[in-house]
Amino acid sequence: MMKIKVYGPGCARCKQTEEVVRRALAETGVQAEVEKVSDIQALAAAGILMTPAVAVNEVIKVAGRIPKLDEVRAWVSAR
Amino acid sequence: MGQPGSAPQSAAWASTTGRRPRFAGVWRPLLAGAPLLLVWWLVYRNLAPFAAWVTYQVLSLKPGGLARSVEFFVFETPKVLLLLVLVVFGVGVIRSFFTPERTRQILAGKRESVGNVMAAGLGVVTPFCSCSAVPLFLGFVTSGVPLGVTFSFLISAPMVNEVALVLLFGLFGWKVAALYAGTGLMIAIVAGWTIGRLHMEGQVEPWVYSGPVAGHTQPGVRMEWAERLRYGRDAVREIVGKVWPFVLVGIAVGAGIHGYVPEGFMASIMGKAAWWSVPLAVLIGIPMYSNAAGIIPVVQALLGKGAALGTVLAFMMSVIGLSLPETIILRKVLKPALIATFVGVVGFGILIVGYLFNLLL
Repeated sequence: MMKIKVYGPGCARCKQTEEVVRRALAETGVQAEVEKVSDIQALAAAGILMTPAVAVNEVIKVAGRIPKLDEVRAWVSAR
Repeated sequence: MGQPGSAPQSAAWASTTGRRPRFAGVWRPLLAGAPLLLVWWLVYRNLAPFAAWVTYQVLSLKPGGLARSVEFFVFETPKVLLLLVLVVFGVGVIRSFFTPERTRQILAGKRESVGNVMAAGLGVVTPFCSCSAVPLFLGFVTSGVPLGVTFSFLISAPMVNEVALVLLFGLFGWKVAALYAGTGLMIAIVAGWTIGRLHMEGQVEPWVYSGPVAGHTQPGVRMEWAERLRYGRDAVREIVGKVWPFVLVGIAVGAGIHGYVPEGFMASIMGKAAWWSVPLAVLIGIPMYSNAAGIIPVVQALLGKGAALGTVLAFMMSVIGLSLPETIILRKVLKPALIATFVGVVGFGILIVGYLFNLLL
């Protein structure tokens, strides 16, 4: 199953990012496991320098901004 | 991921395949942009007569305090907003070339002095938000960027930013903007170097160095020009969208001071003669957290009423460059002694800048 990780130490923008991701999943009907990663060490280990960030199956798709709904839709349905 | 074209929408990573020539896609938006730029220029040039016309003809105000305030507001607000849109767009496009990953790669393993200078410079062009100061700090330090070099970056990134420079240029002229940028970079370089010399690696929370080495993000990516321009447009939407209320309020307060506070009123409080005004300005400025957009118009108005430039610069730098929220965030990775050193060294640098300009100008 597709695994989506939302990285962010818990700022408002990170919450919005998670909402966008969940909405994209709901709209496309794609099944995916969404994990919120807020531990700073885990963030560094994943190579994240700017938050919020989103990774799909361990590949970072966006960092430093809230992704747009269309973008997330494209990521989750591109396979 | 990594298959070309699988995510045409993603802005930063994993998009292009490199089949198209380097500047493909730049011409059409450039052609579309030229008339816009012309309109921008015409509007910008005619703001002063427009403000006078609104003040004295439309509102038919008598020359005096109110008229001065209104004219100031009607002139400065559109001017600053126009400059902001243009510069934030330009800087947004430039920033699409400098991701933090790339900056880190450049700085990793650099020798101190050279590294400090480069880090301060890169701090200006690399996208940065104090909310991600901690992951950035971790990512830099664990991948071999020296501590002092990391600090040079962390000092210059918030202090010498495009919003501050636009406002300084718009309200004070290019000389003050250049002075601010130059001395801001200087402080970032020297303070970072000093922190490096003090060998305070022991004052970083121990788990930082014992944790896993920072992973490396995606391979180098080439963006197409259309994407870079979109990056610039998004920057305008995000930054100008966030900052404009502060600009309005700041200019409104500035306009009030402009019209009603008597000339020379600030001379006794923030003038050259008052030696204690510089340290006081720094002390008041550090815990204050306002973005550049709100503070600069106010400060500009104070300058017109007899405040000394050095004192004013020091105040601005400490408000913009050192903020309480950022130090609280950094407490997660730094021990109090290092935070105190950081604030102390930077504050001291700002103090010197303040005195220097009061002496020279």
